[in-house]
Amino acid sequence: MSYDILAHFIKIGGTVFFTGFFVLAIVYALWPKNKKRFDSAAQIPLCDDDRPELGDGDV
Amino acid sequence: MTSKNILSRLKGDDSLIFIALICVLGFIWSIFAAQPHDVPSMIYPTMEMHGFILMGAFIIALIVIMFKVADGLPQIDHSEYEDGVIKAGVIATTFWGIVGMLVGVIIACQLTWPEIFYFENLPWTNFGRLRPLHTSAVIFAFGGNALIATSLYVVQRTCRTRLAGGNWAWFVFWGYQLFIVLAATGYLTGITQSKEYAEPEWYVDIWLTIVWVAYLMIFLFTLARRKEPHIYVANWFYLAFIITIAILHIVNNLALPTGPFDAKSYSLFAGVQDAMTQWWYGHNAVGFFLTAGFLAIMYYFIPKRADRPIWSYKLSIVHFWAVIFIYVWAGPHHLHYTALPQWTQTLGMVFSIMLWMPSWGGMINGLMTLSGAWDKLRTDPVLRMLVVSVAFYGMATFEGPLMSIRYVNALSHYTEWTIGHVHSGALGWNGFITFGALYCLVPWLWKKKELYSLKLVELHFWLATLGIVFYITSMWVAGIMEGLMWRAYTDLGFLEYAFIETVSAKHIYYVIRALGGTLFLLGTFIMAFNIFMTIKGKGLAQPLDGDIPLAKRPSVPTAAPILAGE
Amino acid sequence: MFLRIHKFLEKRSFALLIGIIAVVSVGGLIEVAPLFYIDSTIEEVEGMRPYTPLELAGRNIYVREGCHACHSQMIRPLRDEVERYGHYSLAAESMYDRPFQWGSKRTGPDLSRVGSKYSDEWHRLHMEDPRAVVPESIMPPYKFLSKNALDISSIQADLKANQRLGVPYSDEMVEKAASDLRTQLDEDADDYDGFVTRYANAVVRDFDGNPDKISEMDALIAYLQMIGTLVDFDEYEAEKDENLR
Repeated sequence: MSYDILAHFIKIGGTVFFTGFFVLAIVYALWPKNKKRFDSAAQIPLCDDDRPELGDGDV
Repeated sequence: MTSKNILSRLKGDDSLIFIALICVLGFIWSIFAAQPHDVPSMIYPTMEMHGFILMGAFIIALIVIMFKVADGLPQIDHSEYEDGVIKAGVIATTFWGIVGMLVGVIIACQLTWPEIFYFENLPWTNFGRLRPLHTSAVIFAFGGNALIATSLYVVQRTCRTRLAGGNWAWFVFWGYQLFIVLAATGYLTGITQSKEYAEPEWYVDIWLTIVWVAYLMIFLFTLARRKEPHIYVANWFYLAFIITIAILHIVNNLALPTGPFDAKSYSLFAGVQDAMTQWWYGHNAVGFFLTAGFLAIMYYFIPKRADRPIWSYKLSIVHFWAVIFIYVWAGPHHLHYTALPQWTQTLGMVFSIMLWMPSWGGMINGLMTLSGAWDKLRTDPVLRMLVVSVAFYGMATFEGPLMSIRYVNALSHYTEWTIGHVHSGALGWNGFITFGALYCLVPWLWKKKELYSLKLVELHFWLATLGIVFYITSMWVAGIMEGLMWRAYTDLGFLEYAFIETVSAKHIYYVIRALGGTLFLLGTFIMAFNIFMTIKGKGLAQPLDGDIPLAKRPSVPTAAPILAGE
Repeated sequence: MFLRIHKFLEKRSFALLIGIIAVVSVGGLIEVAPLFYIDSTIEEVEGMRPYTPLELAGRNIYVREGCHACHSQMIRPLRDEVERYGHYSLAAESMYDRPFQWGSKRTGPDLSRVGSKYSDEWHRLHMEDPRAVVPESIMPPYKFLSKNALDISSIQADLKANQRLGVPYSDEMVEKAASDLRTQLDEDADDYDGFVTRYANAVVRDFDGNPDKISEMDALIAYLQMIGTLVDFDEYEAEKDENLR
């Protein structure tokens, strides 16, 4: 029965996929090299916000 | 930023031409839709009415565009943020909040005092038609406008660039208001697909799709033009909210209309498939509209108002991916013990329980941002509102997984407990965080030193909190009681209660609920007054001095000196 | 130089978009897609047929008035529910329901098996003034349903749309939609025999007690009186392999 096979695959495949995905997200978040980037990103909302910066794209 | 960059750089805006094209096409369609329906005995208009509303809207839009382009294309100044559309969004959010909550109080009264609040000759005032009006008005009109306004504010500030797309932002704003009006008038006259939170008919759905795609494009292109190397995490949540809602909306609303100018359509899916598609949509509307979108508000406004960075940026990354990944699996918990295959129900339950963890990760992240600055909660009622909303988020996301366990669900499903759960999330989490964000935004946008009155914010906070407590405790008691009554047996093995006995047993809790809702609504009226007076520049809302550069001013007004001075 | 970096960053915001789409699609695909193996999702039962034109018109009124906001149509396999309402609901019973009306709240009782439980007269009185029949009811009054003439002009288009979506309406059924609708209200109609062959077990009578008028009440009661009555539970074997999912 195609439906049962599909359902079976989904139960196992889903678990594997989920675990793998979750591990990846944690590794990315905890990767030492990323620390500096995250620290500076965390400061973004606290900067002054009265005017946009202008760059090449804005001419 | 150096001073020479502040030189204004102007750019012609051609978006109006495309917007005009959309309006012309829409206008042509609405002419056909407005044709008189050939049934003299129908006592209320249906498609005709919507045809005329659309015709009116498109004509007004075209006239406005004509005036705007009369002297050539409008110029966009890229050295200024686009704040006009956000101001409009703030006002719309306040307005629709009052409308939605008012309808909520009315339908709560209908269930409590049916003799008084029903009118046999006014079909459009019946509960079945007002209920979707209430849910859509608070979720899509109040919540949706809050999300659009805050997202357009946050994306500009965190990307340090003006909104992309010129006047497309105004198209999104007015297009969205048109969608709300079409949906609301449709419900009242009986135009509905009856799918919860997706009630508008096919042509309204198409209109929303057009508006939503424009919204996605504005957001995405603003991100792409950012002057920051990083995309701040709030924008991740906003982007996930926008794109996922687009996918959910399109798939769940697939339907075949009976004719190109008919209001009626039939769902592409039937029975169990339709149910699963609907609750995949319904659950993720909660997950991405009411959770991801509002988490974005949390990740910007709490750090900004507290003047401290988010407690853990790493945690926010894990929080983001875990929430968006797990949420989409949890839909089947709305269909426990139904004709849906059991393995799907189990999978839905397992993922719903797992969802508890990232949700609380997010809550902890929001709350701990205050660590070392807890005293601000005492002095700043706006920050308190933001933080309490996160506490309610934690409560609702604990209750949700609990209710998704099959055995608990057997008791809670179909009862008032669900209503209580929904409102602890909607009033406590979505309501409070929106109020907090509005209280922040109004002085920022209208360049005032402070809100008109922080004492009124204090009053709003306590009224609303009391209202929520009345609301959710009464619904918990009513829900668990009726669930237990439904399954109660006598010693002889018969069902103990007739259904109607469970209805009358809930009366007193309905009274308390109506009272709670009224208090909450009262708080919202006070907020509207406070916002109005702030915009007018009364009380503490004095204009900021023009000669101090904005950047030098404290970004977060503190309430402490003001309170001390009184 | 700046432009190159800019381009890369621009790509990254689109990459984020793609990543989000990939992640949120998985759960939906896995849980929803298999249900479209319709044969194994839905039990085999005797007796299901598409709605008659009158029943469909009534169902559309049920949808229009938002009845599902208070009345579920899904009996769960729990002892008290089965005892209170009847046999638990099967997926097959809503196979022609577009949209489904399972509901999510029971402010009023479940209606999955309300068909033939009460008389037509009871339904009419109850809907015109719920508290006249059930004093403690909190249901809104639906008096206007008896006054409103039913809109029959679109019924053929309604059947046609359903047929296009795969509901087994024959061309003849679509053709005769309006006349079938009238026939179901009149036992003496010319086409009575043809109608009951097209729609097995359809009940023919004047539902709202007013033979002079085809009202919205007629249609709604016709629908209510057939909900949950089609499947022959003498023939249904719950323990059969294909019915265990």
